[in-house]
Amino acid sequence: MKTSGGRLSVHIHGWLLLLPAAVLLVTFTHYPTVATLYDSFFSTARPNRPPLFVGLENYATMAQDPVFWQALRNNIWFAVGTIPASIVLALVMALWVNSKIAGRGLLRLSYFTPTVLPMIAVANIWLFFYTPGYGLLEQITSLFGLPSHNWLGSRDTALACLIVVTVWKEAGFFMIFNLAALQQMSPALGEAAALEGAGRWYFFRRVTFPLLMPTTLFILINAVINSFRLVDHIVVMTKGGPDNTTALLLYYIYDVGFKFWDSTYAAALTMVLLLLLALMAMGQFVFFDRRVHYQ
Amino acid sequence: MSGPAEPRGVTRALETLGAWLLGLLWALPLAYAIWTAFHPSEFSTRFVLTAPLTLENFVKAWQAAPFARYFVNTTLLVATILAAQLVLCTLAAYAFARFAFFGREVAFLLVLVQLMIMPDVLIVENYRTMSRLGILDTIGAIGLPYMASAFGIFLLRQTFKTVPKELDEAARVEGAGALQTLWKVYVPLAKPVYIAYALVSVSYHWNNFLWPLIVTNSVQSRPLTVGLQVFSSGDQGVDWSIITAATLMTSGPLLIAFLLFQRQFVQSFMRAGIR
Repeated sequence: MKTSGGRLSVHIHGWLLLLPAAVLLVTFTHYPTVATLYDSFFSTARPNRPPLFVGLENYATMAQDPVFWQALRNNIWFAVGTIPASIVLALVMALWVNSKIAGRGLLRLSYFTPTVLPMIAVANIWLFFYTPGYGLLEQITSLFGLPSHNWLGSRDTALACLIVVTVWKEAGFFMIFNLAALQQMSPALGEAAALEGAGRWYFFRRVTFPLLMPTTLFILINAVINSFRLVDHIVVMTKGGPDNTTALLLYYIYDVGFKFWDSTYAAALTMVLLLLLALMAMGQFVFFDRRVHYQ
Repeated sequence: MSGPAEPRGVTRALETLGAWLLGLLWALPLAYAIWTAFHPSEFSTRFVLTAPLTLENFVKAWQAAPFARYFVNTTLLVATILAAQLVLCTLAAYAFARFAFFGREVAFLLVLVQLMIMPDVLIVENYRTMSRLGILDTIGAIGLPYMASAFGIFLLRQTFKTVPKELDEAARVEGAGALQTLWKVYVPLAKPVYIAYALVSVSYHWNNFLWPLIVTNSVQSRPLTVGLQVFSSGDQGVDWSIITAATLMTSGPLLIAFLLFQRQFVQSFMRAGIR
């Protein structure tokens, strides 16, 4: 910058421009992160009992809390169930709607539409879909003479039902990123491979897929974050039940914090969630740094 | 000649079939909801082509809960958040892109923290903050944690960095100050990015649920998503036709906008995703 005042004005201008955003970020991201840690060392204030420093007591409670461990296990199964499925589907969908397939506009529309619907609306629709007795799913299974089953009310199927809903909602969203990457690929690559007589699978394995690696990494990060962040459908469809089989970590935090109003225990639980998010962020970068092919 | 990426012969037919089956499967839940909402409840699970069409479910839903107020609340919420985001992110992104101020790298890293730790997971502490500020149950409380968006700052910073320095200097030579240069040179050039960001932001906050559920507890501040949940979990008995009508109503504006501007939506989500 050549304005008068020289270097000093750069610092002042820079910080002034950043200030409004910085104040809000510090207030609603950095401060609450630190406050979560701090509060997790105290007992929750009650009407006749002020908060007391209790050290690691909340964490000790957590280690003994079967619901916490179950929520953690559920969350891992939920991630395992949703992430690979949505990544693979997103890839297949993108390859299809990027090829000269018949009716590709309609297909693209069909795949992408769940993305613009609110999760809460989606959950309502699927709730009806799964309703025992007269939901659409039961209508179909009864055609095959299968017995009626309470899909969301049974311990064995409730989490799987939520996984299906999540994959249905997310796959089309992730497809978009693959599609964008595919459309940026030079057609010359295909022509060259055709001249060399490369088969389709070979071309996909050696050219398309490596070029999609950065996109896949991006999708993976988003899918992982979503699997720990999205609990809207649980509030609508199962409320964590039956017997906590669908309680995910954030949903349990919500339950503890806003139903039992035990805010310091909820803070300790939040620390676990934050730690998991941080670990995954680091792990993904270390792991993928070596494997990702950057264009 | 089609490239090796194109399927041929039997494979082609099989894949087309597969793609269509998947497409049908993906459209099924929404089609089912539309069927239920537009037919009398006795047809909600009977699929006869002669079933009479009706709007009565929508009328009943509209009368049963203050949806008009919820629509106003959501519109206000989405507009407030977007306006604040556009201003705050533009200023911050400009600072990061063109001012080598002291501590810039550290500050930028601190901004990026929000990409990993979103306001959605800090519900407990942010609720306490809102309570201390005395603004629980207001539209402002729903919006505040989202107004400084790391994603928006990042996206705009990348865009501003591609603006040729010569344009910036030319404006300065003509006597424009920092803010004038930003407004006259950078903002117009970033227009497609602004549109993309706006669409993503509006869809996100129109659909957001958990945080609004926590901070609101009256009709005055509740957005549509929370209103829908209160309505459908109420004790007026489960009439699926009416609930489905209400569900479609809440998603309606966004869904219609999407169907009308499909290309823009898809391109915006693409643009916002490539960083």
